[in-house]
Amino acid sequence: MEKELVMNAPNMEMEETNRSLQRKEKREKAKKAVALTFVWIMLLVMYLPIMYLILYSFTDANVIGKWQGFNLDCYSTLFNPKNAYAQQIWEAAWNTLWVAIVASTLSTVLGTAGAIGMHFLGKKFKAVFNFANEIPIVNAEIVMALSLVILFAWLKLPTSAFSLIIGHMVLTIPFVVINVQPKLEQMDPSLYEAAMDLGASRSGALFKVMIPDLLPGIFSGFMISMTLSLDDFVITEFTKPSEGTDFQTISTYVQGTLAKGAIPIQIRSFTTIIFVLIVAVMVGYTIVNNRKAKKI
Amino acid sequence: MEATKTLSRNKGKVRETRKWLCMPYGIFLILFIILPILLIFYYAFSDPTTGLITLKNFKSVFEGDSSVTTFKVIGQSLGVAALTTVICILIAYPIAYILANSKWNKNVVLVYLFLLPMWINFVIRTVATKQLLIFFGLDPAMHPWVCSIIGMVYNYLPFAILPLYNTMLKLDKSQIEAAADLGASPVQVFIKTIVPMTVPGIVSAATMTFMPTMSSYVITDALSGRTIKLIGGQIEHQFLHSQLNVGSVYAIIMLALIGLSVVFENFFSEKKKGAR
Repeated sequence: MEKELVMNAPNMEMEETNRSLQRKEKREKAKKAVALTFVWIMLLVMYLPIMYLILYSFTDANVIGKWQGFNLDCYSTLFNPKNAYAQQIWEAAWNTLWVAIVASTLSTVLGTAGAIGMHFLGKKFKAVFNFANEIPIVNAEIVMALSLVILFAWLKLPTSAFSLIIGHMVLTIPFVVINVQPKLEQMDPSLYEAAMDLGASRSGALFKVMIPDLLPGIFSGFMISMTLSLDDFVITEFTKPSEGTDFQTISTYVQGTLAKGAIPIQIRSFTTIIFVLIVAVMVGYTIVNNRKAKKI
Repeated sequence: MEATKTLSRNKGKVRETRKWLCMPYGIFLILFIILPILLIFYYAFSDPTTGLITLKNFKSVFEGDSSVTTFKVIGQSLGVAALTTVICILIAYPIAYILANSKWNKNVVLVYLFLLPMWINFVIRTVATKQLLIFFGLDPAMHPWVCSIIGMVYNYLPFAILPLYNTMLKLDKSQIEAAADLGASPVQVFIKTIVPMTVPGIVSAATMTFMPTMSSYVITDALSGRTIKLIGGQIEHQFLHSQLNVGSVYAIIMLALIGLSVVFENFFSEKKKGAR
C-alpha cells in the first residue's frame, strides 16, 4: 500500500505535466491549422481570377461569365492558322519572346561586365555608378518610357526595334547588376590572382575563374530580366516601333483589344497553355532542386 | 624585391584593365538613363515649336481649370497608392509571418505559389479580375474605387510578401521567446518585439508597392471605367497626343513624388539604424 502511494506520487506529477504538454501541443496544432488555412485561403483568392479565366477557356462565349456549354473552340481556333485572332496572338507572343530574349541577353552581358568593372573602381566612382544604377529601379517606369521617347524625338529618330530593345534594357540592366554584385563581394579575390600568377591570360582568368563564381548571380539576373521584360506594358507601349506594320506584344495587344471592348476568346486558351507551362517548369525546377539538396 | 615589385605593378595593371569593363555600361547609363531625364527637364521648360525657354507648359497644367484636374489626379494617385500599400502590407504581413515561421511551414513551394501568378501577363490578369468582380456583382463602373483597389492589391501583393518574408526569415527567435518568458502577452510580444524587428521589411514592402502603383494606370483604367485617373495615365494621354512637352511637366510631378517617397523611405530606415 505504502509503496504504491510513493510510486504514485511522481507518476501523477508526470501525468500532470504530460497532460499540460499535450494541451500545449494541441494548442500549437490548432494554431498551425489556423495559420495554414489562412495561407491557403489567400492562395485560393490569388488564383481565383486565373482559374476563372481557365474555366471559361472551355466554352466559346464571347464574354467571360456567360457559360455556353463545354467545347474546345477556344483551343481549336487558337491553333487554326487561318484565324485572324490566332495570327495576331501568336505574332504578339513571338514579339514578346524575342524582345525579352534579346534584351535580357544584352542586359546580362552589359550588366555583368559593368558589375565586375564597378567592383574594382575607387569608392567615389563606385558610389556614382551605384547611384546611377538605382535610378531606373526607383524611377517610375512611365517616366523612363517618356524620357526615352523624348530622347528619340530629340535625335529626330522614329521609335523602332532598336528603341524597344534599349527600353527593355533600361528596365532590366539594374537588376542584373544588383544580382551580380553580392556574388562579387563573396568571391575570393586571391583565386583570380592565383590563376594569373600561374600563367592564365587575363581573359582566361576572367572566363575560367571569375565568371563561374558569379554564375548563380548572372543567372538570377537574367531570369529577373526575362520576367520583367515578358510582363512589361508601359515601356513597350511607348518605345515600340511606330512605323511600318502594327507591332504588338501580348501586353499591348490585350490592352488594345480591351480598350476597344472584349478581348478575343483565344486569349483564354492561350493563357491556360502558358499557365500549364509555367506550373510544369515550376514543378520540374522544385523536383530538381530537391534532388540536389538531397545529394548534398 | 624586383620580382615582387613587377608583380604588384602587374596586379595594379590588371586592376586598371578590369575597371574598364564597366565603360560600356557607363556609356549606356549616360546615354539612355541620365541624358533622357535631363531632356525631360529641357522639354518641360521649352516651347514645342521654337525650342525656346518658356513656362507655357507648366501654365497649361497648373493654370485655371486644368489646375483643378491636375490636383485631383495627384490626389487620386496618392490615394490609390496609399490605400493599396496599407492593404497590401496588412494582408502580406501575416502571410509572410506564417510562411517564414519554421514551426508552421517548412515548404518553400508555398512561397513560390504566391509568386507564380506574376508570370501570367498582368494585363490578362487584370481582365480576368474585372470579369470575376462583375461575376461577384461588383461592377467597376459602379464601384470604381473598390474595384481599382482590389485590382491593385491583387497585382502588388507578391511584391509586398517577398521583402517581408525575407526579413522574417532573419527574425531573432530568442528575443521573441525571451519576451514571452519574461511575461509579455502575445499582443505585447507582437507590438514590442516582432514589429520593430521587421521595420526594414515593412519599409521595402511599402516602397515596392507605393511607387509603382502611382503609375499603374492600366489597372485603374480597366477597373474604374476610366473614372480614376493617375499621373501615369496623364503622361500616357499626352504621349498619345504627341504633347511631349506637357507630358514632361507631368513626368516632373511624378519625379517629385518619387523623390518625396525616397526621402520618406530613407528617413524610416535611418531612424531604424539610429535605434539600434
